Amino acid sequence: MRITQGTFSFLPDLTDEQIGTQIAYAQKNGWAVNIEYTDDPHPRNTYWELWGQPMFDFKDPAAVLYELAECRKVFKGRAYIRISAFDNTWGWESVRYSFIVDRPEEEPGFALERLEVDGRSQRYSTRAYSTDKPAGSRY
Amino acid sequence: MADDIATAPVIDLDAAFQDSGVGPILEQLETELVGLRPVKRRIREIAALLLIDKLRKDVGLTSQPPTLHMSFTGNPGTGKTTVAARMADILHRLGYIRSNHLVSVTRDDLVGQYIGHTAPKTKEILKKAMGGVLFIDEAYYLYRAENERDYGQEAIEIMLQVMESRRNDLVVIMAGYADRMNQFFTSNPGFRSRIAHHIDFPDYSADELLQIAELMLKEQNYRFSPSARDAFSKYMAARMSLPHFSNARSVRNALDRARLRQAVRLFETRGHAITRDDLMTLEADEVLASRVFAAAEEAAQEN
Ligand SMILES: Nc1ncnc2c1ncn2[C@@H]1O[C@H](COP(=O)(O)OP(=O)(O)OP(=O)(O)O)[C@@H](O)[C@H]1O
Ligand SMILES: [Mg+2]
Repeated sequence: MRITQGTFSFLPDLTDEQIGTQIAYAQKNGWAVNIEYTDDPHPRNTYWELWGQPMFDFKDPAAVLYELAECRKVFKGRAYIRISAFDNTWGWESVRYSFIVDRPEEEPGFALERLEVDGRSQRYSTRAYSTDKPAGSRY
Repeated sequence: MADDIATAPVIDLDAAFQDSGVGPILEQLETELVGLRPVKRRIREIAALLLIDKLRKDVGLTSQPPTLHMSFTGNPGTGKTTVAARMADILHRLGYIRSNHLVSVTRDDLVGQYIGHTAPKTKEILKKAMGGVLFIDEAYYLYRAENERDYGQEAIEIMLQVMESRRNDLVVIMAGYADRMNQFFTSNPGFRSRIAHHIDFPDYSADELLQIAELMLKEQNYRFSPSARDAFSKYMAARMSLPHFSNARSVRNALDRARLRQAVRLFETRGHAITRDDLMTLEADEVLASRVFAAAEEAAQEN
C-alpha cells in the first residue's frame, strides 16, 4: 500500500532536482534541514530516526543531497526516508515542512485492530505490519 | 545546417558582458590590487571562458562545465588569500558557483585527532563549502611524508574524490609557498591533475610596495608627508634585504607601527592646536625611527 504523508502528499514523489529546490528554499529561510528514516510510517509515529546531524549551516542543497545519497546507500528499498525543515525562530520553533523522499520496495501497510470494550462497544486502531517483525530484524 | 547558421540570431558579446556584472568586479580588482599582472590576466581569461561557456549553453551547444580548481603559489603576503576571497565573488557573478561564499580552512579543520575522526571532519567542511569556494591555506601540511599513517592521507583521499565527482558543486583553491606546493603535488599527483589553473603570485617590486602602502593609507584616511614618502621608500628597500620579508604584509605592519609613533608624537605635543591634517599625516620621523634601518646596515657590514 503506497503511503503518503506530509507536505506534497498529494503529488507524485519528487525528483532529486525538485527535492534540491525545496532544500534550497529551506536554506534560504535559515531552517535546519533534517534527514529521517523509519520502518514504521504510522501517522502517529513522531519518532523517526535522525540520519547524522541536523543540517543548519550548509549553504547549498548539494550538501544535503550528498547526505541523502549516503542515507540511501544504507536504507534504500528498506525504509521510509523523509526530509524535514525546522524553523527555530521564536514563536515558530517547529517543523515547517516534511515530505517523504524514499520508500521501501514493499510497503506492508496497516492492520485494522478492533478492541471490544464496555459490552458491545468497539474501539478501532491501526497498526503498521512492519512492526510485527521481531526486534532484531527491524533496524 | 547552412540555413541554421544563416538565420541564427547574432550573439551580442558586449551585452552579455554587461549583463554578467563581472565588469565592475574586474575593474575593482584592477584598482584595489596593485601589480599582480599574471594573476589578473589569468582571472580575465577565466572570466572570458565562463562567459563564452554561458553563451554556448544559451544557443544549445552543450559541453561539460570547465573544471576550475586552482592552486595559488607565492611568497608570504603576495595576496593569495585576498585574491581567493575575490574569486568567490567573480565565479558567483559568472554563474559558475551557486552561492557567493568562501570557506577558508587549514589542516586542523580537515584532519582529525584519532582513527575515524578525519572522514566526518573533512566531509563536514566539504559540505559547508558546497555551492561556493573551499580555500585550503598551506595545503602541503595535509601531507606528511615522514609518517605514512598520518590521518592527513585520509583527508587527501576524500578531497581527491570530491574534487572529481562533485566538480559542479564546489571549487577548491589550494594555496601555499611555491617550493613546498611543488613538493606536495609531486607526492600527490592526483591533485596536480585535478587542478586546472596553477597561478603564481610574483613578489612585489619596491615601487609596487610603495603604491600598496599609499593605497592602504588611503583606505584608512591617512597619508604620507612628502618627506615621509621618501623615507618609506628607503625603508622598503632596507626591509626587503632582511629576512622574514613578507611583501604586502610587511607593508601593513610597518604602517601600523608608523601610526603608533604618530599617535605618540601628537600626544606629546599636546597643548598646541591639532588640525584634521595633523591627524591624517604621517611624518618622516615616524618611518625613520624603525629598527629596520640599523638592522639593514648591520647586515650589509656583515656580508
Ligand atoms: N596587490 C595588493 N594590493 C594591495 N594590497 C595587497 C596586495 N596584495 C596583498 N595586499 C595586502 O597585504 C596583506 C597580506 O595579503 P594576503 O593575506 O592576501 O597574503 P598571502 O599571500 O595570503 O600571505 P600568506 O602566504 O602569508 O598567507 C593583506 O592585508 C592584503 O590586503
Ligand atoms: Mg594567506
